[in-house]
Amino acid sequence: MRTKIIVFIVLCAGMGNAFAMPKIQHWQAASGARVFFVENHDLPMLDVAVNFAAGNAFDDGDKPGVAGLSNGLLSAGAKGLSEDEIGRKLADIGAEMGSNFDADRSGLSIRTLSNAEQRDAALHVLAQVLQQPLFPDAILQREKTRLIAALKESETKPGSIASKVFDKAVFGTHPYGRTLEVEDVEKIQRADLVAFYQKHYGAHSAIVALMGDITRAQAEAIAQQLTVNLPAGGANTHIAPVTMAILPSEQRIAHPASQSHILIGAPGISRTDADYVALYVGNYILGGGGFVSRLMDEVREKRGLAYSVYSYFIPMQQPGAFQIGLQTKKAQADEALKLVRATLRKFVEKGVTKKELQAAKNNIINGFALRIDSNKKIIGYLSMIGFYDLPLSYLDDFVAKVNKMTVAQVNDALKRHIHPDAMATVIVGAPEEKK
Amino acid sequence: MLLSSLSVHAEVFEKTLANGLKVIVKEDHRAPVAVQQVWYRAGSIDERVGKTGVAHALEHMMFKGTKAVPAGDFSKQIAAAGGRENAFTTADYTAYFQRLHKSKLPLAMKLESDRMQNLQLAPAEFKKEIQVIMEERRMRTDDSPHALMYETLMATAYQEHPYHHPVIGWMSDLLLMKASDAQDWYKTWYAPNNAVLVVAGDVQAKAVFALAQRYYGKIPKHHLPSRRVFVEPAQYGIKRITVKAPAQLAQLIMAYHAPSLRNAEKDSVPYALEVLAGVLDGNSSARLNKSLVREQQVASEVGAGYGSTARGPSMFIFEGTPSEGKTVADLETAIREQVAKLVRDGISADELRRVKAQVTADEVYKRDSVFYQAMQIGQLESVGLGYQAIPVMLKKIQEVTAQQVQDAARNILKDDELTVAVLDPQPLSDKPKHVGGPVHAY
Repeated sequence: MRTKIIVFIVLCAGMGNAFAMPKIQHWQAASGARVFFVENHDLPMLDVAVNFAAGNAFDDGDKPGVAGLSNGLLSAGAKGLSEDEIGRKLADIGAEMGSNFDADRSGLSIRTLSNAEQRDAALHVLAQVLQQPLFPDAILQREKTRLIAALKESETKPGSIASKVFDKAVFGTHPYGRTLEVEDVEKIQRADLVAFYQKHYGAHSAIVALMGDITRAQAEAIAQQLTVNLPAGGANTHIAPVTMAILPSEQRIAHPASQSHILIGAPGISRTDADYVALYVGNYILGGGGFVSRLMDEVREKRGLAYSVYSYFIPMQQPGAFQIGLQTKKAQADEALKLVRATLRKFVEKGVTKKELQAAKNNIINGFALRIDSNKKIIGYLSMIGFYDLPLSYLDDFVAKVNKMTVAQVNDALKRHIHPDAMATVIVGAPEEKK
Repeated sequence: MLLSSLSVHAEVFEKTLANGLKVIVKEDHRAPVAVQQVWYRAGSIDERVGKTGVAHALEHMMFKGTKAVPAGDFSKQIAAAGGRENAFTTADYTAYFQRLHKSKLPLAMKLESDRMQNLQLAPAEFKKEIQVIMEERRMRTDDSPHALMYETLMATAYQEHPYHHPVIGWMSDLLLMKASDAQDWYKTWYAPNNAVLVVAGDVQAKAVFALAQRYYGKIPKHHLPSRRVFVEPAQYGIKRITVKAPAQLAQLIMAYHAPSLRNAEKDSVPYALEVLAGVLDGNSSARLNKSLVREQQVASEVGAGYGSTARGPSMFIFEGTPSEGKTVADLETAIREQVAKLVRDGISADELRRVKAQVTADEVYKRDSVFYQAMQIGQLESVGLGYQAIPVMLKKIQEVTAQQVQDAARNILKDDELTVAVLDPQPLSDKPKHVGGPVHAY
């Protein structure tokens, strides 16, 4: 007993000094945008990301694809800057502009050297594309053609086919299950993009994250510069609730590939769910923990049935999917599927063991420093904390909650959120039915 | 910028242990983390006909247990320490890495040094793992039209050089591979005098050297076989291949034989080719995307690439997807026009300046990743250039002239050095089960 107490104290003392959480500064800009900033002068560079509640869940039901093309065309030309000039001005200073887009979020980011010359030039471009995009019609036509080509291509890929069918099976008519078809893209007009932008890119839904070699005063000025001329919209940031209970289903789709692509799952949890941490820990044990998870052990290590097998929750504004995935050669697809189902069932029924929970805690807590060891990773957390309205102490809280988690809490959460009897299964490249 | 890159270089420390293990430490105190990488100078380039894929198979087996650390325990111990770990095999080398809190570095060294000499390679474990590897091949190559096309391209462009063979191995070789093949490979190449240990992060070089001596110092060196240097026979005209696979869109790859960097100080062509790749596809205003995707709209995707660092020769590669209504022939013509224009008119001063600005900025961005900094050191050591080449290469890139780029385009991008691969997309219905790939015996 004494040994244990000593170990515990040593561990705590060790962890206390193990890593410093980034000090997040937060304020609201005069424009209304919410700003999240970490000041750090170790490297002469700056990362900035601006996100909006403008992902594809905000598409009108009869106009899917508009949200995605709006994001894609922000950098296709802005007031005073052609598409070429945007590219050239960034290339002149070695700056990199990127975009991110999912069902909830649409964002642009930039990485630049922090010298005034490069920084000002980079931020000028970002400010223009965010606030004065032109959505040129000729470029929209070109991008529609490219998007249609990509859609047709993805319809031949077993992994893409599986995802599409799976999302439909899990989310039905909810925006998270909405798929994009060629006919949808063909219908999209420039006016749709302009209207979408006006409605969803308002300063009040904007989250500005800044990380790097600038002062607080500079960060305040930059956040305002990037958002002061945004349109008036952005009021509607809510996505409709997901129907949580689904009926069990199994779809088998033929494909000439040598492997079957298998997906199993159901609606999972939202980013703000009270059980988020318990399920994060639980899923680490099931299929999130790389080489040491139960799925990996049963499917790959013990039987050599697959190279890749995993499970995860996709926490979104509304509950995103809980999903298990693997690929295996057709002849053994049914065997692997049966094994995965049995593993999941046992996992939920019997729960995690004390030993497994301790191993998960050790990994998550001892390795936490790795999650915040670069500007790139930290700005990712800033955007997430801001976008999902999480407390500024989110990172500290996460570690503390993991630390306190009990076997009973994890197992209770698993039972309430994972229902192996009510899941969608999709098999693309399914083995031939025995007749 | 040159000053700062030199100061970065100054934080690298090196020591070679008596058994030949080279230890390189890159101190970076931004976060309390450390990365350990062990690089073995053994990749698929060292394999022989009939045994392809053995370098990669051994990489998998390295997680399958020693006497002291049974199968699966390596990963469990690293995971419990909060670490992330994996390994990768390329044509030129095989590397193993762990990222962890700096206090856990001794554990990583203990485990990694143990499997440098004590691997058990049980046939029962091998039998399962070779199945996993075949699944990996199906996933990454057989069911990926692009990978299948690239594999066929390499096997065509290189007739004799071992780059002819895929790193993961031909399926027919995997089917016949035995634990004893992996054992032979391990015995031949896994030795301290064929390895480089790179540690980067919030560590003190002196302390790392002491740890390295403690954990790796007693492993005996052993004799390494002499390495055959292959010289690819001359090519006598364009080679063309077609790969059929289930897909909607056609694809095109054009690969020109090109030299790699042998002497960082004296060579010049590889630097000119690096700049050329940058002008074509290195930044947001680069030529290929601007001309072929945005203006001519002959491609929906297009890119170019060249890697100067390799143990063997290199290639300068163009690849792309024709846009709707255009053919691979149209795309090839458009790319050839770009090449002809480079040879005729060279590049502008602005284009040259932009590529150099990107290189300068990337040097700063790179320091945001401890892992990548260690990667660069390990890679340059493994291909024989040495980490000291890093600042030299930066300096030489900044010295490249527009004339050198034009000369390199003229001398390297020649038809007689070219292999063209085309993906001929097949509709999903009525298709044979395996297309273009090796025959699978199941």
